[in-house]
Amino acid sequence: MKIKLDRTMCDGFGKCAEHAPTVFSLDEWGYASLATSPDVPDDLEPAVRRALLDCPVDAIIERQG
Amino acid sequence: MPALITGAHPAARPRLVLDGPGREGRADYERRGGYRPGLEGQDLVTAVTEAELRGRGGAAFPLGVKLAAVAGRPGEHVVVANGEEGEPASVKDRWLLRNRPHLVIDGALRAASAVAADTVYVYVSDPAAAGSVRAALAELGQRPARVEVWEVDPGYVAGEETAAVNAINGRPAKPSDKPPRPFEEGVRGLPTLVSNVETLANLPGIATGADPVTGTFLMTLGGACARPGLFEVPFGITLGEVAETLGGLGGAPRGYLMGGYFAGLVNERGHALPLDYDVMAAEGSGLGCGSVTVLGPEDCPAGVAAQLLAYFARENSGQCGSCFNGTAAMAGVAAALAQGFAGDPEIERLRSWCGSLPGRGACGTLDGAVNIARSLLDEFPDEVDSHLRGRCARCAGTDFTALTVPFAAVPDANTPDRANPEEAVL
Repeated sequence: MKIKLDRTMCDGFGKCAEHAPTVFSLDEWGYASLATSPDVPDDLEPAVRRALLDCPVDAIIERQG
Repeated sequence: MPALITGAHPAARPRLVLDGPGREGRADYERRGGYRPGLEGQDLVTAVTEAELRGRGGAAFPLGVKLAAVAGRPGEHVVVANGEEGEPASVKDRWLLRNRPHLVIDGALRAASAVAADTVYVYVSDPAAAGSVRAALAELGQRPARVEVWEVDPGYVAGEETAAVNAINGRPAKPSDKPPRPFEEGVRGLPTLVSNVETLANLPGIATGADPVTGTFLMTLGGACARPGLFEVPFGITLGEVAETLGGLGGAPRGYLMGGYFAGLVNERGHALPLDYDVMAAEGSGLGCGSVTVLGPEDCPAGVAAQLLAYFARENSGQCGSCFNGTAAMAGVAAALAQGFAGDPEIERLRSWCGSLPGRGACGTLDGAVNIARSLLDEFPDEVDSHLRGRCARCAGTDFTALTVPFAAVPDANTPDRANPEEAVL
């Protein structure tokens, strides 16, 4: 699974970091950035997919290729 | 209005600035060797790669890599000649577009040949630059690709490459998060080369073999010097040599603001640093868009940093939370420091943001703000310390939300008018 986090969309809900704290890091105001590569390892895919589906502003996008 | 001072360093063989004043017409440009047949397509990509030409907009990305990335993708391609010079301390792109429009158009058309594009957008905010390019296109007549002037409202972020693509696609001129980059998906979704106009101005010399080395760049030199202006300087000589020879320093400068507002402050050690992308980067600074602003004995680095951070807090695109929060927070601490109200805890927070915030924005704005904060702390520790211990006479009464930072291109060498930095005729 390959993802993009669109930080222009992020509104700082922080759901992503609840589900996958090693993939998404929050700044001190709660806004997310990717802490790792956009290529998600298989063992983290369920948590990242959960984060993707739970993001209220759809800031996490699955990328092809 | 007095004319902007232009010139070249004695060690430079000028290619980009002109020896005489006035706008260069088609006949003059052709007399200087313009529009001559030269390398095209893949041959030009190879020559640009061998010339090691790097982008002059600020990121210094190798143009050969960019050309190959667009050329190698299937389908139609687009070129954007980026002349939206968002950096407030830089005038080089506007000067080129206003005075040497044919050089830029020639370069953009050769870039279109290199990447097999049939459309070129000249992306500008300066109305005089737009008029100059339109007049040059009328003068030129028939050309191998469609060339369109695309005007946008000026803004710090409007010149960022994805902002340029977004504007041409009919969206606000604000950056997007990456990927995709424009070479993957740009204007109308097509692979797009976005390149700074000074970068493109190097292509005719490379393509015709007249000037394959590209060993000079345009420096907007401003601030506390006697002759602020636009100068063509060779890479590799020291910043101090340029500032003294071309700018004319009254005394030892306190430091320099590098790369427009982007690459941070450097203390007096900047004097001995060579104008080289890699050395500057290794020293924690950068050439960026080539603009250098001299901080004189009357300029307080803490006050300058406070004004610059207020600028970033105001001019960021308001999209990424880490940026609009981080720039405002850093601006707040810097203003408190300059005014004598900050303590050690605030400085520790500022230092911590310098570690945690870089890379957290979709574009470079937040990184530019961090460069200012980090370089204030690293390059001017004594000044930071003195502001923690007492009021600074120079900072007292300064409105940090109004820029009085020594700008480039002040109109008169003897009576620099810092309130109206754009008054000089470019």
